[in-house]
Amino acid sequence: MDDIAIKVDHVSKSFRLPHEKQSSIKGALINFKKRGYETQKVLDDISFEVKKGEFFGIVGRNGSGKSTLLKLLAGIYTPTNGFIQVNGKLTPFIELGVGFNPELTGRENVFLNGALLGFNRSEMAAMYDDIVAFAELKRFMDQKLKNYSSGMQVRLAFSIAIRINSDVLVLDEVLAVGDAAFQKRCFDYFMKLKKDKQTVILVTHDMAAARLYCDAGIMIDKGKIVEAGGIERVAQAYQRMFNEEARDTATGTEDEGQRWGTGNIKADPPRIEIDDGKIKITASYRVFENVDSPVFGFTIYNSRGINILEGNTLRKRVQTKKLSKGDTVSMTWTLPNILATDSYSLSVATCNQTATEFYDWYNEAAKFDIRKDGDTAGLVDPELMLSNIEYSKQERK
Amino acid sequence: MRQYLSKQNRALLSELVRTDFKLRYQGSVLGYAWSLLRPLLIFVILYVVFVKFLKIGTGVPHFPIYLLLGIVIWNFFNEMTVQSLTSIVGRGDLIRKIRIPRWIIVFSSSLSALINLGLNLIVVAIFMVINQVPLIGTLPLIILALLEVYIFALGISLLLSALYVKFRDISYIWEVVLQAGFYLTPILYPLSSITNVTLQKVIMLNPMAQAIQDARYAAITHTTPTVYSVFQGGFYKFIPFAVVVLVLVGGLLYFRKESSYFAENI
Repeated sequence: MDDIAIKVDHVSKSFRLPHEKQSSIKGALINFKKRGYETQKVLDDISFEVKKGEFFGIVGRNGSGKSTLLKLLAGIYTPTNGFIQVNGKLTPFIELGVGFNPELTGRENVFLNGALLGFNRSEMAAMYDDIVAFAELKRFMDQKLKNYSSGMQVRLAFSIAIRINSDVLVLDEVLAVGDAAFQKRCFDYFMKLKKDKQTVILVTHDMAAARLYCDAGIMIDKGKIVEAGGIERVAQAYQRMFNEEARDTATGTEDEGQRWGTGNIKADPPRIEIDDGKIKITASYRVFENVDSPVFGFTIYNSRGINILEGNTLRKRVQTKKLSKGDTVSMTWTLPNILATDSYSLSVATCNQTATEFYDWYNEAAKFDIRKDGDTAGLVDPELMLSNIEYSKQERK
Repeated sequence: MRQYLSKQNRALLSELVRTDFKLRYQGSVLGYAWSLLRPLLIFVILYVVFVKFLKIGTGVPHFPIYLLLGIVIWNFFNEMTVQSLTSIVGRGDLIRKIRIPRWIIVFSSSLSALINLGLNLIVVAIFMVINQVPLIGTLPLIILALLEVYIFALGISLLLSALYVKFRDISYIWEVVLQAGFYLTPILYPLSSITNVTLQKVIMLNPMAQAIQDARYAAITHTTPTVYSVFQGGFYKFIPFAVVVLVLVGGLLYFRKESSYFAENI
């Protein structure tokens, strides 16, 4: 129990949605006997645990219930059923600059916002200079907030937010709105949190961000957990969901989770040759529907499921040909054998140019082992050169 | 109790009260002076109309001060309940976005009203000196009467602010109730001007009437009729206090029950 930061135990949340909002007593009296509302179950029997030091992703599309879950974790909503146990102090960031008042000066807003986040005046005073410096707003602090541009307001709010020292942070991805420079700051902050082993829960529907920061996660759809575990697994499930909705006709479901896609193109199990310090992957595909210049790629995972490396034709700037039904394609990838001793699995995939439609994603299409001399804890184990060792003796007096 | 007054809660409370105070007279030329001017001007109007034109309260010593003290206490009750009524809904943006103890919001608006009361009492004190009201030994007891009004107003505030989340009619209803309460409480007129003894007794069951009369008795003149003198012996004189306690307990319980659902109901 000591290494668990948050435990969510069979949590459900229902909202009573009035057909017509009754904000008046008359409405309540008249509709007392009529069923003036319906109950909507937004979350249904959600259970998961977040370990301390984990960067945990909650993914799901709009309306899946992830924001409700976020508010439950934050203690803003109360669960209808179940329990949420949080070890330590939890700070939610659903929005930056909560409580900012346009009629107050920048300085006054810093103290107000700080108090809302749990800091008293002397603690805020100690941090104040850093906050202002980071926001680059020194000249504006005695102006009213209403005279700030929206960019300046966000900068100020963000500078306060990153001061928070909490056991658990709950972040909504909408934080990372704004121009490119601000987004970069946000992502740098996420990276710093990850490096510092801060416990973070990130709610997102950006799978690139999820893969980059998160260790584990859950995917929610229609109020239920549909996938849980390592982030790669969750992110794939998310992309698969969109893919399944994109295609009209369902193809055979062979080994759900292992393999999915529209089936316009299908991969054969690839061939792997390892010799002479090189890894050669030969992949071949059969075309079942006419497809315009698809992208072909592969990913190598180690035994812990970590994505070690990946390659695809798009990144190699290879424009593939227009393919017709019945065609076959094959290609060979060659890479230096930098892999460390481990068991690996290879996934091959093919999709359209924008990666919005996957024709085939074939997990564990092939497996192979790498054996090298000597142990290493590193993910990769390339040939290392060592030279120019020099010793110089310090003269003794 | 300690968890309610944790470092974070104290910091938040002081910051909310501070903000409230800063924003109250935002953009007005006289600023904080209005805290004093407003009750003073209302007092002048009522004084001219009721004391000079209608000749009410001629038998009561220091009636202008008597009147002023009543108005100040009633205004405090009025201001605190009206402000607290909308406080939860008004701070909906906070409640929906972060986790703060909900009671702090109502409590902070009650403290703002309390600060205002303090300023107004300074005005009363000045007038007492000008009007040469003799210093009587019971003066410190006025604190008890004020405390009772505060507790009564706090109970009502908790109840109303939670009700207002669900029923927006409450603000209109409360406006009417306050207006009725103002005339049913012996503020403008001395209780002695009501000749029907039964009616006098009924009026004094209202905690506001009882508290205002007690405050006047303690600070201005011992000729003020109080709930004890009206009822003499008997348990009836405890009814106003029982009402205060009931309202506070009821308000607390209802607020606590509803506060978990403020975020989704606002």
